[in-house]
Amino acid sequence: MSALIEAHGLAKAYGGVHAVRGVSLAVSPGEIVALIGPNGAGKTTCFNMLNGQIRPDAGTIRLDGRDIAGWPPREVSRLGVGRTFQITATFASMSVIENVQMVLLSHAGRLGCLWGLATRAERAPAEALLTLVGMLDEAGRPSAELAYGDLKRLELAMALANDPGLLLMDEPTAGMSPRDRVELMALTAGIAREKHLGVLFTEHDMDVVFRHADRILVLSRGELIAEGRPDEVRRNPKVQAVYLGEGLAYRDGRAR
Amino acid sequence: MQLFVVQLLSGLASAASLFLVASGLSLIFGVTRIVNFAHGAFFMLGAYLAFTLTERFSGPLGFWGSMALAAVLVGLLGALFEMLLLRRIYRAPELFQLLATFGATLVVEDVVLLIWGPEELLGPRAPGLAGAVEVIGKRVPSYDVFLILLGPLVLALLWLILHRTRWGVLVRAATQDRDMVAALGVNQKWLFTGVFALGTFLAGLGGALQAPREAADHTMDLRIIIEIFVVVVIGGLGSIEGAFVAAILVSVLNAFGILIVPKISLVLVFLLMAIVLVIRPTGLFGRREGAARMSGAVVINVWKPLDLDGFVIALALVAAAALAPLALGPYGLAVATEIAIFVLFAASLHLLVSVGGLASFGHAAFLGLGSYGAALAMKLAGSPMLPALVAGPLLAAFGAAVIGWFVVRLSGVYAAMLTLAFAQILWSIAFQWTPVTGGDNGLLGIWPPPWAASASHFYWLTLALVVLAVAGLRMIIFSPFGYALRAARDSDLRSEAIGIDRRRVQWRAFVIAGAGAGLAGALFAFLKGSVFPGAMSVSTSIDGLVMVLLGGVETVSGPIVGAVVYKLLSIWLVSHTDYSKLVLGLVIIGLVLLFPKGIAGSILLPRLRRVATAREKAAT
Repeated sequence: MSALIEAHGLAKAYGGVHAVRGVSLAVSPGEIVALIGPNGAGKTTCFNMLNGQIRPDAGTIRLDGRDIAGWPPREVSRLGVGRTFQITATFASMSVIENVQMVLLSHAGRLGCLWGLATRAERAPAEALLTLVGMLDEAGRPSAELAYGDLKRLELAMALANDPGLLLMDEPTAGMSPRDRVELMALTAGIAREKHLGVLFTEHDMDVVFRHADRILVLSRGELIAEGRPDEVRRNPKVQAVYLGEGLAYRDGRAR
Repeated sequence: MQLFVVQLLSGLASAASLFLVASGLSLIFGVTRIVNFAHGAFFMLGAYLAFTLTERFSGPLGFWGSMALAAVLVGLLGALFEMLLLRRIYRAPELFQLLATFGATLVVEDVVLLIWGPEELLGPRAPGLAGAVEVIGKRVPSYDVFLILLGPLVLALLWLILHRTRWGVLVRAATQDRDMVAALGVNQKWLFTGVFALGTFLAGLGGALQAPREAADHTMDLRIIIEIFVVVVIGGLGSIEGAFVAAILVSVLNAFGILIVPKISLVLVFLLMAIVLVIRPTGLFGRREGAARMSGAVVINVWKPLDLDGFVIALALVAAAALAPLALGPYGLAVATEIAIFVLFAASLHLLVSVGGLASFGHAAFLGLGSYGAALAMKLAGSPMLPALVAGPLLAAFGAAVIGWFVVRLSGVYAAMLTLAFAQILWSIAFQWTPVTGGDNGLLGIWPPPWAASASHFYWLTLALVVLAVAGLRMIIFSPFGYALRAARDSDLRSEAIGIDRRRVQWRAFVIAGAGAGLAGALFAFLKGSVFPGAMSVSTSIDGLVMVLLGGVETVSGPIVGAVVYKLLSIWLVSHTDYSKLVLGLVIIGLVLLFPKGIAGSILLPRLRRVATAREKAAT
């Protein structure tokens, strides 16, 4: 099966710091891929390059048969990429459902229209999306009032609204309670499988990662050090070293 | 060559005073994030106090002592102003802070008029520096030489204070991250008051030092504040070094501009500012502002289009307004027409400020373009009124397209300042391009044709056009485009991620708002029968902002309420008191303190909501 998005040799340096060095990855339709690594490994930089927020110094990103490296996020989104952020970004002055309607209107190319009531447009599909994430009851509430977990759900609905083939989710469960995390990720995974979406997400919660990811990419100091199915990655000595430390003292049993 | 040197020295001497005032403004902005519009007023107070004090105390000690005392007094006033007013509104939206300091400016203007009268006052020469020094065969006033030397000295002193004292380190830290400084246990209140006192002290000193050089008059505050804004923006907000370099650039450019290209001398400085901002969006020495940790007031009030009741009420109000000719005489109708025109002006500004989140200090530019567009269509092309009423908005929309293209590339205060710069450029053109615009004499004889000439007919025409235009703006606010504009304001990150091109959306908003203000301007020209450069002046722009803010930024109908209240108030005050500015300033300050959400937002909206919830309850 051909990949939805395929990155080759991505690199980005900030001054002398090589945040990302030669990272290549691919996500296929229907596949849930986790990008993990310790803090500062370059996950968010990687992510922002895929999404267009950061222009890579080198490398190509093929999406839909085009090299989109350096494209602005708005162009990337038009190719069917949904995005959620580490810290939620929604339209605070609008109601919950209006947030979703905005994405639908944008996807339909109707945001330039100077007449007609925006709040009545795309109502039914917006309601369907809110139902999907379990937020229909909150449709009329100002989004600024929502609890954080609900904001994350709203973001998921917004990310799904432009009918994406690919979801990019940067720490989708950051800042949520453990129970909400499990729920939200199960919801996301369920939707992704049902709609046959490709999902790439970063995450610190290993429970979430190992339960839902089909494949895991491990970044350390800007480089991919491992890739594979969860059980393969779990057994990988390099990964263990990165996560548990390379205590030479322990390796030979000399610590005792 | 001689002339060159003399002009250069004179420019450098003006730079000293400009630098003092601008560095004060920059300091204050850096720490408190308040654009202190009243800074020009403090400068003016410095000049007047220095005049009075130097009159009383003669001799070298008396003179220099008076200078210092004037500056200290202004600093104390500044501290008082900060403690009594600004402390209460640090968390308010930035435009509100601006409004409050603008109110203070109005108050000071009239207080100065009350105490010192309207005559121009020139202070005594500095003892020991009354003569002149010979520089390559030309005589240069010694006082100018003193000022030229003083500039770098003050810069050095400020640098020492900021880098070598504990207080200075705190000030610099607060400039970078004031929340962090507060978290470290520094008493922010006194830090802010101290900075404000130092900043206004510098403004007062700048004014005092200018007193023996230039006559003080009660309008000098507005002239200087615009010049300081330009200096601070060119140099970079919050940067003292930047203020120094920019003050020299601006003053020297001013000095030579008059000499070399007198025809466009006024434009030059603003052109410089526009160029600097386009190349370096944060000024020469400025750094990108750190994102504020606490976002401004979150809008919980979700905007809704008019329901049936609202529509009926709006229709009833329009019908009542249409009946005004039955009750009002020609003067009353002229006032009503003017109010209607400014309702449109405020509503068009509201689209930018409230919906788009784009603070514009130069909205009068579009009003003026509309006026001149209509007037010139009549004068040059012999067009009748109706085509002229189209030509005005067209010219304004074109101007907005050009200005907006630049402005949407900047953000925050810099964008606001660029709108100010462009408005001033247009004002200067109107003022100096006499063959076309008539210069200061304006264009006269722009009267409506006989069928619309009577007060009631012109009122009806205006009312009809204004109602249509305001309804159109309202429709746009609730249209998908209006939502996209609001989306770009709410979250740049998210709107980009869902495919919204922020710059393009905001640019279109500029064109629409420009056309709206242009229509207001065209009507205004026919109401007055004339056009003057004053239509484009800063005070007109500020009037518009006051109307929008008075009404309430977070409301849709705010600008209408704000325009009616503000216009009525100012017209009534002008005819009932000689000190209308004083009263108006106090009213503005009072409103900011009492109703931070504006009249419509604080009074009308909660009441309407209560009625609505009561009705919902009754229904269930």
